[in-house]
Amino acid sequence: MRRFLRPGHDPVRERLKRDLFQFNKTVEHGFPHQPSALGYSPFLRLMAIGTRSGAIKLYGAPGVEFMGLHEENNTVMQIHFIPDQCQLVTLLDDNSLHLWSLKQHSGASELREEHRFTLKGPPGSPPSATQITAVLPHSSREVLYLGTESGNIFVVELPSFRALEDRTITSEAVLQRVPEDYCNRRSCELVEALREHPKNPDQILIGYSRGLIVLWDLQNNKATHHFLGSQQLENLYWQRDGSKFISCHYDGSYTQWPVSSDNKQPEPLENLVPYGPFPCKAISKIYWQTTKNGLPYIIFQGGMPRASYGDRHSISVVHGSQQTAFDFTSRVIDFFIIFSSEPTAEFDDPSAMVVLAEEELVVIDLKTAGWPAVHPPYLASLHCSAITCSHHVSNIPLKLWERIISAGSKQNIHYSNMPWPIDGGTNVAPDPPQRDLLLTGHEDGTVRFWDASGVCLHLLYKLSTVRVFLTDADPNDNMNTLGEDEWPPLRKVGTFDPYSDDPRLGIQKIYLCKYSGYLAVAGTAGQVLVMELNDEDAEHVVDHAEADLLQDQEGYRWKGHEKLKTRDGVVRFEAGFQPFVLVQCQPPAVVTSLALHSEWKLVAFGTSHGFGLFDHQQKRLVFVKCTLHPSDQLALEGPLSRVKSLKKSLRQSFRRIRRSRVSSRKRRGAGGNASEVQEANAKFDQDALQEMELAPVQRKIEARSAEDSFTGFVRTLYFADTFLRDSSRHCPSLWAGTNGGTVYAFCLRVPPAERRMDEPVRAEQAKEIQLMHRAPVVGILVLDGRSTPLPEPLEVAHDLSKSPDMQGSHQLLVVSEEQFKVFTLPKVSSKLKLKLTALEGCRVRKVTVANFGSCKTDDYSENDLAVLTNLGDVQIISLPFLKLQIRYPCIRKEDVSGIASCVFTKYGQGFYLISPSEFERFSLSTKWLVEPRCVVDVPEVTSNNHVHNKSGMENTARKS
Amino acid sequence: EFRRFSLERSKPGKFEEFYGLLQHVHKIPNVDVLVGYTDIHGDLLPINNDDNYHKAVSTANPLLRIFIQRKEDADYSAFGTDTMTRKKNVLSNVLRPDNHKKKPHIVISMPQDFRPVSSIIDVDILPETHRRVRLYKYGTDKPLGFYIRDGSSVRVTPHGLEKVPGIFISRLVPGGLAQSTGLLAVNDEVLEVNGIEVSGKSLDQVTDMMIANSRNLIITVRPANQRNNVVRNSRTSGSSGQSTESSLPSSTPNILANFLQGEEESDEEDIIIEDSGEPQQIPKAAPTSESLESLTQIELLHESTQNGFLPSSEMNLNHSAGSVSMEYEVQDAEHKSLEEDGTIITL
Repeated sequence: MRRFLRPGHDPVRERLKRDLFQFNKTVEHGFPHQPSALGYSPFLRLMAIGTRSGAIKLYGAPGVEFMGLHEENNTVMQIHFIPDQCQLVTLLDDNSLHLWSLKQHSGASELREEHRFTLKGPPGSPPSATQITAVLPHSSREVLYLGTESGNIFVVELPSFRALEDRTITSEAVLQRVPEDYCNRRSCELVEALREHPKNPDQILIGYSRGLIVLWDLQNNKATHHFLGSQQLENLYWQRDGSKFISCHYDGSYTQWPVSSDNKQPEPLENLVPYGPFPCKAISKIYWQTTKNGLPYIIFQGGMPRASYGDRHSISVVHGSQQTAFDFTSRVIDFFIIFSSEPTAEFDDPSAMVVLAEEELVVIDLKTAGWPAVHPPYLASLHCSAITCSHHVSNIPLKLWERIISAGSKQNIHYSNMPWPIDGGTNVAPDPPQRDLLLTGHEDGTVRFWDASGVCLHLLYKLSTVRVFLTDADPNDNMNTLGEDEWPPLRKVGTFDPYSDDPRLGIQKIYLCKYSGYLAVAGTAGQVLVMELNDEDAEHVVDHAEADLLQDQEGYRWKGHEKLKTRDGVVRFEAGFQPFVLVQCQPPAVVTSLALHSEWKLVAFGTSHGFGLFDHQQKRLVFVKCTLHPSDQLALEGPLSRVKSLKKSLRQSFRRIRRSRVSSRKRRGAGGNASEVQEANAKFDQDALQEMELAPVQRKIEARSAEDSFTGFVRTLYFADTFLRDSSRHCPSLWAGTNGGTVYAFCLRVPPAERRMDEPVRAEQAKEIQLMHRAPVVGILVLDGRSTPLPEPLEVAHDLSKSPDMQGSHQLLVVSEEQFKVFTLPKVSSKLKLKLTALEGCRVRKVTVANFGSCKTDDYSENDLAVLTNLGDVQIISLPFLKLQIRYPCIRKEDVSGIASCVFTKYGQGFYLISPSEFERFSLSTKWLVEPRCVVDVPEVTSNNHVHNKSGMENTARKS
Repeated sequence: EFRRFSLERSKPGKFEEFYGLLQHVHKIPNVDVLVGYTDIHGDLLPINNDDNYHKAVSTANPLLRIFIQRKEDADYSAFGTDTMTRKKNVLSNVLRPDNHKKKPHIVISMPQDFRPVSSIIDVDILPETHRRVRLYKYGTDKPLGFYIRDGSSVRVTPHGLEKVPGIFISRLVPGGLAQSTGLLAVNDEVLEVNGIEVSGKSLDQVTDMMIANSRNLIITVRPANQRNNVVRNSRTSGSSGQSTESSLPSSTPNILANFLQGEEESDEEDIIIEDSGEPQQIPKAAPTSESLESLTQIELLHESTQNGFLPSSEMNLNHSAGSVSMEYEVQDAEHKSLEEDGTIITL
């Protein structure tokens, strides 16, 4: 009844709500999905990445990031920074050009699109006449040269994008003085490359795809030199002094050309096929870098022998006798070299190579011997192995934080010590309010610990559970082991490895106690590992225990996967979280819920068959409870077993392909490269989609029944010290909620600390609540006498929380997918409810208690429920009155994986996957906002630039 | 045997008393009997509870003809429409113009013999083209048994006719609750679920809403076949039309609140098993434990009542606060009888 009286009209509460809640999507963490272009400004020391969905992202020093989105959502084909400016030009696949600027606005720089432009040809000309293939921002910063498919080069003025038609360099003009026989053989074709002379801004080098290269004098509007290449041209690069340039070709060769004033038709100095003599793939980009010691660095992309290594994504670095072909696990989008950009410097002296591959960013230190990789502070490839679950822990104690970092640093010894070379801009964001950890579980059995405190999500430590198990992965299956005289000298770099050796290793649930350093992880094959943080390497035996969740239930046969085989005897673990006990659920179904109580030293786990409680101090199973409905055969066979097996077989076939690739390194490479994998995946998706579309779109309306499938599926587990039996004595308790709307409560007796090892932990079922609407129970919470949620284990012991009120009466909050219900304790009577689904047609997907502080005063904060629904809305619901406070649309409702991946923090922030490799961070709080705030200052080079900058500032001032 | 006696129309008393009176008058104190009466249309209708007893008394014009049968040899099928007149009256012609020739008269069973499974409600507040159907899943084993789909319907808007997406019943499962009621049909457009409009909601949302309300599902539909509608004008000639009209103020939100309130009361009770004992229904917490917030709200509403709220909403408020006024109860009873009339009219 009360819901019809609008409670929201209380003006005091409304004002308070404005001080407490605010929705913002603040920053995207991780690696951009489907990158398509790369740009770098040596002047700003900023890198730009464009994506196939039309986003551009700029990165500088850690914390300096900007994001822009083209309205067209078209693929970004090229990105070019305007020399010595805070501006860049992007070319999209619809042939439009966009000018973006970084401008300061109220103390922080912002990336804004200023102009857009589409090149128009003369009337009646084919679209190819103006299809842009090459862009050259001239160092004068006044014009852009645009090479096209027709071979003509158009000139447009900056920043207005006004076409300067009289300055167009037509292919006819270029061909005028080319020898007849050369001309006849090949027309100009499209413009592949435009390069400005490093010393003389009046000269530009024009490369046409058929091989002709022309040095063009802009002053006199004529060609000064013709270089008659005989191979299809891919790219050009000037040497620093402008006396030579280098061209690379489709046949895997590169050629050096001299430029002198006397010879108008120079002959090539040197023509080389680095991975010859057999046919090679194209070299698509090349750098020639001079050094003080005289030996140049020649760095080129591609050029591998076509037959054996044609599927490799490689970039080769040649420096004297050293040569390495860096082998990337995904397609190389583009790369650049960071070198001395001082105009006065005599040599390039390259320091680092930055490679944007399709799935990760790899930076190679060229100054340190062995060319080690540099650990990027951002753009982490979250999806090195597919993310299977995430867990967020707020406000990590400093001690634990340091220990995790120290464990992680031991894993990173093979990285270069070089400071991050892309260091433009200044981070002016306030320091993160606290230390937050985001833990991601992966398909390959690893857990990655991310520093999620600030804008830069970066990897602190990686934990692998694989060592506990015997997998069919071949330990010699290491692609890095290369013989001394291997040719080509391939070296695998990067961390992206989408293949899991065994899908059963996948991590499904994670629970970290930040006070004790105990960590519990549970996986796909019913494995539950309890770990402890150890600062040293150690060898020890992992204790095993089995939990038979079917107990007395007879006549069942598990048709799902088998449990993982364990490694017997002593196992060596590196410093960090080391498992000391393994509880194996039987049947080995995926673990669906997990809870750890570090004070009582208990871990609870649940699957589709039941749940159990394990005493990890005494290493003894306390009890198991079967929740399986006798008629529920499906649950036994394992959900979606058919789909799973299909996925498994696909994965196996890919693994086979990979094996054959590795073993046949010397032979002809098997076809299975990443793009084929993707094609196969896409086809698989498409088939599945078609299957779905064939089914008639109608929905069955039926009440849930106790006989439905998977009612026994344990969705949530919760430890609480509360009044379970009578109101005079409280005791430890374990609560479990199932898919069928049942809540079980067990009364626990944990021996006091001094007798903890001597007496067993006892458990006794005290209550069973059956929600008549039978919706899955997704959250259980006990509120103390002040209606405050009970604190976490050890939170009070560490003086971080007030002790719970054990005087007043406790209340039990049960959250099902459809309703929120508050019951009294110890006598269960229903007190309040909110029927979300009946009212709004949405269902609860995620729910967490979050603390919201007021942005106006420091002394007010309150606990509310943060709820994500299946429609992708985030709702805040008050405690204990269950009143809807506010609702924000957050995730598209079609984005099922985004909704499934969402995690809330305890302070009203959240993360969800917007692609396999990116987390979107959002905030519901007015107080805790982690978002980039940074300034890019224009280093003052010329007075011209200064004036421009000033006018830019005035512009923004006028706007504001 | 015939007996004639008088009864005070304004104070008919309870059915039990009346039953005792009949037994007394006929000198059959220990014989179970069925009591029936003829209403103004000549239909033989049962009297077996307070509601239909009061109805019978109120419709007496001025004579109330009562039929008494020994229960053992009672003919249950005797009750129903047309039972006394045996001729097609105007009302049934309006209701069933297409099949009145073939179909025999409708039989009404004894209300106490089984739970209601469905009813048409709120006839007086809905447009004639709409039908609000209540399905009582509670206590039956029958599946709800219907499917819904996406579709489009044509609406009259200020800009003319417009095609808008809608939700429709796509299939009725034979033997299911939905089919057996005869109140829902394939291609009926679903407009509301338990008082909440479905427009703008997706098929999945509406599915979830229906399942969430499945124990007491109230669907408002626009029937595909508009010929079976209750015609408002003829309703006044129905057995109870005038009584509801006069006693229920027809302000829509109020009625809506009424039946949702009812739903709240009849709502599923969760079950608790303590220490592996017997399952018990979870009781409602005592009103004293109601939050302060709700008290402030009641106060708020009192204030607004003084500022010109309808007195009827005050009655609702009283009800929610736990002190049911006599006046309200009467109203509630009338409302219930309306529901049952709805069933009779369209069956």
